[in-house]
Amino acid sequence: MTAETRKKTMNLNMGPQHPATHGVLRMELELDGETVVKATPHIGYLHTGIEKTYESKLYYKCIPMTDRMDYLAPMSNNLGFCLAVEKLLDIEVPEKVVYARVCLTELTRVISHLVWVGTHALDIGAMSMLLYAFRERELILDLYEACAGQRMMSTYFRIGGLAYDLPKDFDKRVRDILKKIPEGIKDYERLLNDNKIFRKRTIGVGKISAEEAINCGLTGPNLRGSGVNYDVRKANPYCGYEKFNFDVPLGKNCDVYDRYLIRMEEMKQSLNIAKQALDGMPEGPFRAHVPGVVLPPKEDVLSKMESLIFHFKIITEGFKPPKGIVYNAIESPKGELGFFISSDGTNKPHRVRVRPPSFVNLSALPKMVEGGMFADVIACIGSIDIVLGEVDR
Amino acid sequence: MEEKVKEFLKEKFGEAIIAESEFRDQLSLETNKDNLFDVCNSLKSNNELDFAFLMDVCAIDWLGQDEEANGRFEVFYNLYSLKNKFRLLIRVRLSGDDAEIDSLTSIWQSADWLEREVYDLFGIEFTGHPNLIKIVTPDELKGHPLRKDFSLTYETPQFSHNKNEPPEVI
Repeated sequence: MTAETRKKTMNLNMGPQHPATHGVLRMELELDGETVVKATPHIGYLHTGIEKTYESKLYYKCIPMTDRMDYLAPMSNNLGFCLAVEKLLDIEVPEKVVYARVCLTELTRVISHLVWVGTHALDIGAMSMLLYAFRERELILDLYEACAGQRMMSTYFRIGGLAYDLPKDFDKRVRDILKKIPEGIKDYERLLNDNKIFRKRTIGVGKISAEEAINCGLTGPNLRGSGVNYDVRKANPYCGYEKFNFDVPLGKNCDVYDRYLIRMEEMKQSLNIAKQALDGMPEGPFRAHVPGVVLPPKEDVLSKMESLIFHFKIITEGFKPPKGIVYNAIESPKGELGFFISSDGTNKPHRVRVRPPSFVNLSALPKMVEGGMFADVIACIGSIDIVLGEVDR
Repeated sequence: MEEKVKEFLKEKFGEAIIAESEFRDQLSLETNKDNLFDVCNSLKSNNELDFAFLMDVCAIDWLGQDEEANGRFEVFYNLYSLKNKFRLLIRVRLSGDDAEIDSLTSIWQSADWLEREVYDLFGIEFTGHPNLIKIVTPDELKGHPLRKDFSLTYETPQFSHNKNEPPEVI
């Protein structure tokens, strides 16, 4: 081979079956020695046409599919969809539902971040973290099971309320969680914060400046890691978040380590919010009273004619929201999760668009890894916190 | 804030803002495809309005609805101003025959993948996009799945005994 024909760079395919790509992400890397010259993410291996499927379902039948997008944070997705439909219908939910939703979605943020910290630490060499993180996650999954009967795909929130009333020992269970998880977080911080290997692998790696982050549309902890103060819960409060006191942690160095610190701090803040929600939880119904849209209470269905008719009609025909287009954004653990629903006045949505935070965050990955070392690609993918179910939908 | 945006655009573009509507406290402004780039560019570069984020790009296929008369496709741009905590939807109508629109990748980097997704699922061409290729559907898939005339089918698992059976339309 002559010098001219010899290629200077090497192309390497990473994934889709690579454990550090968190699912089925394929990265096409152009390497010069160990330096990444160009990185191109390829997605779509998990595309199941969820947006298309929504168009053929009654509104309430769409909720189970939202769980399956970001399967690490099912209740956040439920909340996003339910709030968007409630906005379209212009209905209000009882106070108890608001508090229960806030409490449960904040715990959802904790389990999502727990999986993140476990897998991310595993990616860069701290094997034991995963086991510790999953130990604490188990407590919240048990709470899910008590509430919804399902550990992961909970489908607990409904349009206008909750699927069932909160379990009798909800208060006790959550207080138990609030006591145990901070101890776990302390353990992780002791394991990782001053860990020499962890620090070497993360500090100064995967930098993205604030302007670049905004331009790329990054949201969530990735954006706040670059020091931009944008949290939907504070900026445009939804679901009663204006009533709760919490801080939005911000990073300074725009690197992987800062994103780690922010997620750890967010977990503490989320537990704090969950505690406030639990303390302020009023008594009351767990569903709004909107005949023809929200299911009537079960006792009424068994004893009253009208309730039985409404129940039957909602289940078989659904309900018909007014014509219009709504967009509702919530702060999911990954960033801004938006549901854009277009209604044509029939009982099925005309179009549902999901604004997936992971998808947009992933598009900024080349910016973080290009020019860096090959081994840092893994740290960067981990730090973005992608869920391929949501990226591909 | 809403008044400010409307005033700014009226002053600068006048007729180019075809319609404005508000539904559930969400302002959306309609413009035409020739002015889209300039409208978005000025919304981003204006220091006071400062729409720094392009949160989302999505499209709707109005095939078979009354709205189809104004153009089959409608593309939505979801802009967000961090300074004012304000969200604005810009909508543009496209006809079904030449669904083509200017790409905003030179204004916002985030438009890159979002536009590719709309291109993949709706077949809307974004002129000036640096890398307009499919993103989520497989290369061998023909057609654009989110168009209303792309029917939802049930794909039977392929075994030797049913190799040539066509998929069932739901």
